[in-house]
Amino acid sequence: MTDRLKKILLGEQGLVVIFVVAFALVSALVPNFLTDRNMLGLLQSVVTVGIVACTMMFCLAARDFDLSVGSIVAFAGMVAVMASNATGSILLGLLAAIACGAFVGFINGVVIAKFRINALITTLATMQIVRGLALIASDGRAVGINSPDFYQLALSKLLGIPTPIWVLAVLFGIFGFVLNRTVFGKNTLAIGGNPEASRLAGVNVDRTRIWIFTLQGVVCGIAGILLASRITSGQPNAAVGLELSVISACVLGGVSLAGGRATMSGVIVGVLIMGIAENAMNLLNIPAFYQYIVRGVILLLAVLLDNLRSSALGRR
Amino acid sequence: MSFLDFSRITKTYPGVKALSDVSFGVDKGAVHGLMGENGAGKSTLIKILSGDQLADAGEISIEGKVQAYASTRDAFDNGVIVIHQELQLVPELTVAENLSLGRFPASAGIIARARMLDDVGAKLKSAGIDIDMRRKVKTLSIGERQMVEIAKAIMLDARVIALDEPTSSLSSRESEILFALIDRLRGEGKVIIYVSHRLDEVFRLCDSLTVLRDGKLAAHHISLKDVTRDQVVAEMVGREISDIWGFRPRKAGDIRLKIEALSGAKLRTPANFEARAGEIVGFFGLIGAGRSELMRLVFGADPRSGGAITVDGKGIHATDPHGAIRAGVVLCSEDRKHDGIIQGRSIEENINISSRRHHTRFGVLNRASEIATAETFIKKLKVRTPSRKQDIINLSGGNQQKVILGRWLSEQGVRVLIVDEPTRGIDVGAKSEIYELLYQLAEDGMAIVVVSSELPEVMGICDRILVMCGGRISAELNRNQFAEKAILAAALPDKKTPDAIAS
Repeated sequence: MTDRLKKILLGEQGLVVIFVVAFALVSALVPNFLTDRNMLGLLQSVVTVGIVACTMMFCLAARDFDLSVGSIVAFAGMVAVMASNATGSILLGLLAAIACGAFVGFINGVVIAKFRINALITTLATMQIVRGLALIASDGRAVGINSPDFYQLALSKLLGIPTPIWVLAVLFGIFGFVLNRTVFGKNTLAIGGNPEASRLAGVNVDRTRIWIFTLQGVVCGIAGILLASRITSGQPNAAVGLELSVISACVLGGVSLAGGRATMSGVIVGVLIMGIAENAMNLLNIPAFYQYIVRGVILLLAVLLDNLRSSALGRR
Repeated sequence: MSFLDFSRITKTYPGVKALSDVSFGVDKGAVHGLMGENGAGKSTLIKILSGDQLADAGEISIEGKVQAYASTRDAFDNGVIVIHQELQLVPELTVAENLSLGRFPASAGIIARARMLDDVGAKLKSAGIDIDMRRKVKTLSIGERQMVEIAKAIMLDARVIALDEPTSSLSSRESEILFALIDRLRGEGKVIIYVSHRLDEVFRLCDSLTVLRDGKLAAHHISLKDVTRDQVVAEMVGREISDIWGFRPRKAGDIRLKIEALSGAKLRTPANFEARAGEIVGFFGLIGAGRSELMRLVFGADPRSGGAITVDGKGIHATDPHGAIRAGVVLCSEDRKHDGIIQGRSIEENINISSRRHHTRFGVLNRASEIATAETFIKKLKVRTPSRKQDIINLSGGNQQKVILGRWLSEQGVRVLIVDEPTRGIDVGAKSEIYELLYQLAEDGMAIVVVSSELPEVMGICDRILVMCGGRISAELNRNQFAEKAILAAALPDKKTPDAIAS
């Protein structure tokens, strides 16, 4: 009995099994959890983390790291609001936000890949620079949205489901495909597995890494726009600490920090587990201070499980 | 009953029976050879001995006492120590610190340096190991590091010491020192398990020998007195190999690769050479002669500072591997682990990583062609694996080499194949297979460049040999001029130091 349980938990799909069990338990035990309204609320609460996790997965899979995502999300939100207020065109505002995100990501990528500066240090620096830019642009205050159409990005619904959730789902689909079915995805995993061997096998390692960070910037831009729309303003202090939630979700989803190992399904499950934990604690009125502890414990348990799984595969 | 007994050891991995029912014994004070082809089960047996893996069935006993190790630490504590090909030392610590690691003589947490140096010094002296114990390990040569690794075993009062391919990266002088040390340990009554591909060494060192084949015991020789080398080779492969080189003469065609005045940061003297279609050109030299550096320049792995590379009359201007691959020049690096295999990814992905660009559309993979390519080359190159999805790290050295060759052969239109140390760490059977493959590729019109530190190998398979010494090409010999003495003389620097010849 225990042997079989061990086999299931430590197998390839162990995380999914745990997720299903946790979901069932929470549904049964927490009142008001399994309602349409709460489910949509839960999904909406993970939109930002989920979107950014898509590309963070690539970053980690290539043995890189990106701490600047939270700042880029805030900055892109500011840019979206300010640019659309200034031009009167929401579309221009959105494009400007995405372009800014892409630009910061591109700079990250070039510094890391071409000048060979450690990714942790580089993005630690851009994290602060970009946050500073957001604060300067708005003089430290929130900037209100002029056009009510901008709110509609977050408020509008398709088939009863809010647009941001659709965006999240589409991005999950796209990046899952990119990881498994494209040269870019396979090269990313190969670089994480062995960068030098990948280079000698003809992979353009530098260009791939620059693309990864640029994409990360683009995706942060999208997340920033949706966040600004949801909170109805550009907030220079938005998304503080987002990078840690995103990396936690990825690691929870089985992405290896040593590179070379990542799955989209794992990351989706990681994002949802974090969301469910938070949602259930809110429903149970557990104070926010305790929630930090629970989140930390969940992360540790996930990593321990992953460790057990690798050694079980190695030793039997 | 012997001092160390393996009894009916069986181990199955998913899809492979690595060991089945292997039993043999080793006496005290004996050096016992363990031979077999890649995948024969040597490594698995060593892993079980070291506590790294658990046997499915069977047991190991020392002096009649059954040993049950839950970890390598357990094996350590019972005096069983395995010295792997990849050494386990901390580069930033000194020799003395490495040897005391985990058992620092200390009071109140402060290391008693004088006592540490005394203890280590005494042990090193009694073992006859002459290394300055104040030096940091990172400043030592690989041979010296190996000595430190063995010293560690001595410090721990090991009863059983297993050495896995200890000479694979040693020069012949370093090997001699190692052999002397092993002789001394034998005299002290230790049991030495010596895993090697090299028949010469096994016959020189070992008292007894076990040969494994396909996970089964193929032969157990209590004494090597009446055993011949051919016999052992036959036991390993399960058939007679009359001529391991199997050289076949070919006709050379037009010039494929032309190198003119090529130089780079690590190779100052400009190099010139050419290779023709259908020709196998060998590069021989001592370690550090500049052979690998030259090949890395040709492949664009390192940037070149001057010179021209021409393939079939067309110059290569790109100075990165990608440009070389497009021009039909590929390189199998000498350091497979660092520069060749992509750990954590499957055989399939390792084969397709480069050639997949021919089959993709807008960057999207063609799954069917990737699977077909992988299956084709696994079959064609006889890669031993349960599945194309197997992580490449789980394969033996020879099979990894075949996968890397498959990576390049799946590229359409390879004109020049450069192989650096094609058979390093690879056993006799797989060697012949790789040579045969090189002949076939040459016959199909490729120009092949083989870099090797093994003189018999370059003499056995090449049409022409270029000798390098101190960063320049010092001699060129055609097959009818091949002579061991002439080649060695050209490989040695002016100060004649014959004992520095790489084995």
